[in-house]
Amino acid sequence: MLFRKEPDIRSSEITPEGAFKKHSQDRRQFLASAAALGAGAFAATGFAGMLNPATKVFADTQKLQTVSSQYNVTETQTPEAKATAYNNYYEFGTDKSAPARNAHTLQTRPWTVQVDGMVAKPLTLDVDSIMKYRPLESRVYRHRCVEAWSMVIPWDGYSLSEFIKFCNPLPSAKYVQFITDLNKKQMPDLPFGFSFPYSEGLRLDEAMNPLALLTFGCYGNVLPNQNGAPIRIVTPWKYGFKNGKAIVKFHFTDKQPHTLWNDMAPDEYGFYANVNPTVDHPRWSQAHERRIDSSPFPKTIPTLPFNGYADQVAGIYNGMNLKKFY
Amino acid sequence: MPKRVIFLLKVVVHLACLAPFVWLLHLYQNGSLGLLPDPVNFITHFTGDWALWTLLACLAITPVRRLHTSLGFLIRFRRMVGLYAFFYATLHLLTYILLFSGYDIPTALAGVQSGHLSEVWTQFKLVWPRMWDDIQKRRFIQVGFAAWVILLLLAATSPSAIMRAMGGKNWQRLHWSIYLAAWLGVTHFWWMVKPGVMSPLRVTIVLDVLLLARLSYWAMKKIRARRNLAA
Repeated sequence: MLFRKEPDIRSSEITPEGAFKKHSQDRRQFLASAAALGAGAFAATGFAGMLNPATKVFADTQKLQTVSSQYNVTETQTPEAKATAYNNYYEFGTDKSAPARNAHTLQTRPWTVQVDGMVAKPLTLDVDSIMKYRPLESRVYRHRCVEAWSMVIPWDGYSLSEFIKFCNPLPSAKYVQFITDLNKKQMPDLPFGFSFPYSEGLRLDEAMNPLALLTFGCYGNVLPNQNGAPIRIVTPWKYGFKNGKAIVKFHFTDKQPHTLWNDMAPDEYGFYANVNPTVDHPRWSQAHERRIDSSPFPKTIPTLPFNGYADQVAGIYNGMNLKKFY
Repeated sequence: MPKRVIFLLKVVVHLACLAPFVWLLHLYQNGSLGLLPDPVNFITHFTGDWALWTLLACLAITPVRRLHTSLGFLIRFRRMVGLYAFFYATLHLLTYILLFSGYDIPTALAGVQSGHLSEVWTQFKLVWPRMWDDIQKRRFIQVGFAAWVILLLLAATSPSAIMRAMGGKNWQRLHWSIYLAAWLGVTHFWWMVKPGVMSPLRVTIVLDVLLLARLSYWAMKKIRARRNLAA
């Protein structure tokens, strides 16, 4: 059995303390210089922080051992610098450039993950042991944000189904809920008015689809904090907000779990959140998307049903009205 | 205030109002705009923000000059700043039309270069259905567009000759609709952001303070007039 109390490699061995300290120091220096530059260039508006996207916020990264995968798209990949500098992660600010600036405060080791609810046996696991449970595959997926921009990102992880099988849910379990970490000390600027912790969930048959990826890295490196370190979900046929980041709990249940965005605005963020060009968001059409790639200005391209993964996932929703269950 | 000083101040105000636009051009020129993950999104927010801030600056001139008689000269800059609000609102609208809609700029430019000017219009017709869809369906687009139309009317009637032709009273009435434009602009912002996002709060507070300043000035004038009548 892999998930024993003592993980094979302790977290302290994975990141030597000295390296980590140096890392933090580099980061602090970078942030300080970026802030000084920003203040000088454009004091009043706060835009300046956005203007160093090409600079890597994290000076050093940890390479992951990965194996290749059959689930790759061949489209041009989004440059790593863009994918790690632009995302929604409201625990670290509501601006899309805020997570890259702020998420360094999150301590991702030691990190434990709880498995509870309708399972044979509730568990508390160390994230490193979960990561080493199966070989990590590098999978190049399309990533479609509900805000009508998209990226192509190589994620590193293994199928969520493998982990769920390990968790051994009871036959009565119908859903799995993902709860994101909520740590007010490490998230000093939590925006007001959100019912954190972030919660998302999948129906169990969706979660068992081999495309659903339990993710630990991207671009061959350990996930940067802003991209959901140390453990996140990626469901490429759904809008990005379905993908819980920094997960601390997998909760198995027989009722559809509440999700943060569904609570905030049920008419805008459905539970299913399947990418669907025929179901508009109230504020914009979903028929097209801006593909963020290496070109200076993103091109507008048509959005595909299920984000182009219809062959693999459409069957899950047979007989469902996807306009109603959006 | 001497004419020379006013002239110099006007230059300063022009430069201050143009600075954001020049900054944007600079970012484009040095390539940092292209390095942003989503420059379209950035330009949209940038021009929208500055449309609102210049509009609020324009609305701030009247209450500020009432603070002291020596500030009366400020009124000479009000029209200018208002026109910059229209300038940024127009850039904001153009961003939406040309960049958000998926308008094929390279093809349109290639058409122009080879002498087929109609290509600009042909490309517009291709994306128009999408825009029409937005105009019909999305209330934040509707109020935003209404605000721009008001600013267009105000800008079109801003030359002194037109003011004279319209007559002061009429002109004044029309130009009071700037309050409506500001209010629609702020509403546009609130309706555009996701629930829970507070980024429109700053402009809302500033607008409220400016409107409140006018209200209290008006109330004070009323009270004073009544007192004078009683005396």
